[in-house]
Amino acid sequence: MAALLSVSQWGPAAAAVAAATCKGLRVSYRRWFGASADTVYDVVVSGGGLVGAAMACALGYDIHFRDKKILLLEAGPKKVLEKLPETYSNRVSSISPGSATLLSSFGAWDHICNMRYRAFRRMQVWDACSEALIMFDKNNLDDMGYIVENDVIMHALTKQLEAVSDRVTVLYRSKAVGYAWPYPFPMADSSPWVQITLGDGSTLQTKLLIGADGHNSGVRQAAGIQNISWTYDQSAVVATLHLSEATENNVAWQRFLPTGPIALLPLSDTLSSLVWSTSHEHAAELVNMDEENFVDAINSAFWSDANHTDFIDSASTMLQYAVALLKPTKVSARQLPPSVARVDTKSRVLFPLGLGHAAEYVQPRVALIGDAAHRVHPLAGQGVNMGFGDISSLLHHLSTAAFNGKDLGSMSHLTGYETDRQRHNTALLAATDLLKRLYSTRAAPLVLLRTWGLQATNAVSPLKEQIMAFASK
Amino acid sequence: MTFPYLNRMKCYRYPWTRLYSTVQSTVDSSEVKTFQALAHRWWDEQGLYAPLHSMNDLRVPFIRDNLLKNVANHQPGKPLSGMKILDVGCGGGLLTEPLGRLGASVIGIDPVEENIKTAQRHKSFDPVLDSRIEYRVCSLEEIMEEATETFDAVVASEVVEHVIHIETFIQCCYQVLKPGGSLFITTINKTQLSYALGIVFAEQIAGFVQKGTHTWEKFVSPEKLESILESNGLSVQTVVGMLYNPFSGYWHWIENTSLNYAAHAVKPSVQEPPVPTEGVSKGETEEHQAKAPTNPGAHEELKK
Repeated sequence: MAALLSVSQWGPAAAAVAAATCKGLRVSYRRWFGASADTVYDVVVSGGGLVGAAMACALGYDIHFRDKKILLLEAGPKKVLEKLPETYSNRVSSISPGSATLLSSFGAWDHICNMRYRAFRRMQVWDACSEALIMFDKNNLDDMGYIVENDVIMHALTKQLEAVSDRVTVLYRSKAVGYAWPYPFPMADSSPWVQITLGDGSTLQTKLLIGADGHNSGVRQAAGIQNISWTYDQSAVVATLHLSEATENNVAWQRFLPTGPIALLPLSDTLSSLVWSTSHEHAAELVNMDEENFVDAINSAFWSDANHTDFIDSASTMLQYAVALLKPTKVSARQLPPSVARVDTKSRVLFPLGLGHAAEYVQPRVALIGDAAHRVHPLAGQGVNMGFGDISSLLHHLSTAAFNGKDLGSMSHLTGYETDRQRHNTALLAATDLLKRLYSTRAAPLVLLRTWGLQATNAVSPLKEQIMAFASK
Repeated sequence: MTFPYLNRMKCYRYPWTRLYSTVQSTVDSSEVKTFQALAHRWWDEQGLYAPLHSMNDLRVPFIRDNLLKNVANHQPGKPLSGMKILDVGCGGGLLTEPLGRLGASVIGIDPVEENIKTAQRHKSFDPVLDSRIEYRVCSLEEIMEEATETFDAVVASEVVEHVIHIETFIQCCYQVLKPGGSLFITTINKTQLSYALGIVFAEQIAGFVQKGTHTWEKFVSPEKLESILESNGLSVQTVVGMLYNPFSGYWHWIENTSLNYAAHAVKPSVQEPPVPTEGVSKGETEEHQAKAPTNPGAHEELKK
């Protein structure tokens, strides 16, 4: 959200820089000559969104970085949250247990606990075109994940950053407008550091630049890193919904409609957050229609069986009998999500969806994390968790490097980070994209395939556990 | 073509060096020539010196952890702060800089002027390193005069296989160490395996070590090194093998010391009269250990 804002603000500037510096294969090697009295930072994190701020925080609290100088550059203003507003924000994230562990490692999770968050213990994912469903839960009904408003996370991170202001400097309203890269090998009198030019004309140098500036990353463009990306023909509509009656509300619901998945994420006993990915036209309609119709549309999306066909229903029943024979004890009856009574006014917003993956996550003295490296469909709730996973991995490699006295911008440990994360992220990106495409159709063969597939996966507990483990990292 | 000029330059700057170098130096002038030609390639991490860069992953923790054993509580972020370290044969500063980053005050010395120039230039861009590291073109004997018992640690990594006379070298190391100080050595064993892999394969076949860098005759076995160390008053703490995988580019610790190995020795805290050596095989050295005036004339030249 802050990341999206900051990206849109200097997107054009970054494009201009990229255009000016992109020439041929050796792109953007603008040389930096001459000595300077600029401060040399050890690490500069460009982009102060959820992932950028968390990275700066993690470095600031790392024991081997006590002696180092870290800078966080954020194009937007500092967001101060004096009092938690009564109304919930419409932008929420599903935080996996792994991400929660990272946040608690530098004390941010405590702040979140003191503000508000909602743990969910079960997740039901089902199809609109058949009876097939999959139910995820942990054996001992532990928390599977947490729904937290992005503003709450941001506030917790800001507070923790303030506590280490002797090591981490945060510059708000500071756009990086240009980057100059050092020569690949030492040249006489040319600085070996990355030089960053800010909007106000000032310059600074750093040994390692971490790009956390969102899916239109200026760092990635300036470094000449290829980005595979496409936009989906879908937009996501988010809103804060009031339920008809108070419930325990610790289940996350997601139904795959042919137009796209609709998800209901618990916020409190009476409130849930909506994330509905659908076609651009339908999304615009949803945002503009009056509240009553909107609420009806939501309820019908979750409850209506209009998309069922007899053929698929009989096929799925067949498999269900087979499964019941093999595993008579486990019964997964389809449950219905709570009904929605009304929607918070002015909480309806839409934003476009797309996929993106950087061909390289690192180059000498540069590393990409978060959406700058990968952009994913929200259907799996993994976007920010992948970013937090990037932070864990990069922090581990940098911390070891710092304790070994290494030059922080050296490729030898940056490639370790890249290998770790590309393996994990590519798999998740591919799986999410596949699911999105698989569930975007009404064609009978594909519906049959995915119905049986979902039922089979639901029946095989070890497989479900593997999926949950992968997604919880 | 540059060599005669540089030798003359060196004489002009350090006239006394020339005199001493024929008398007692451990610096081998043919080795100096080999390294002079390659001075500009030190800092290319994927270039000629890549194996040395990646050896830091082993030797820096080795030095750091052994030094921290005797420290009660160290400053997080700069664990070696307050320590004075001498890096002998520092080359381009590959090992000097990490030690500096860990907070130590390091003096890096090397007989090849180009190396020191490269090292100097490289550290000048980093204000923190600039203040913690000092480089000098000189040999160990020269610094011994002014630096008796000043260093918490002396590091001689990939050096003892290039010096003329190891005994003298170790004696000088002993001199400059504080009581309780540590000596760290990494070098190559003198075995058939080290000839086959270290010279034939590494230099001539695969080429990841420059041809002519090493002379097998000058390799030292860990047993010989241990005996030299012990007989010069240093107590050997650890000897452990290292292995380089040229395909992955990484080094590994191994038990076997047939190829590369690292050694850690400590100068005892209580001054004891050292055990004199019995009849060194090559020539004679007059031993004046801990109480010896650092009299260069007392040491004979032992060039082969």
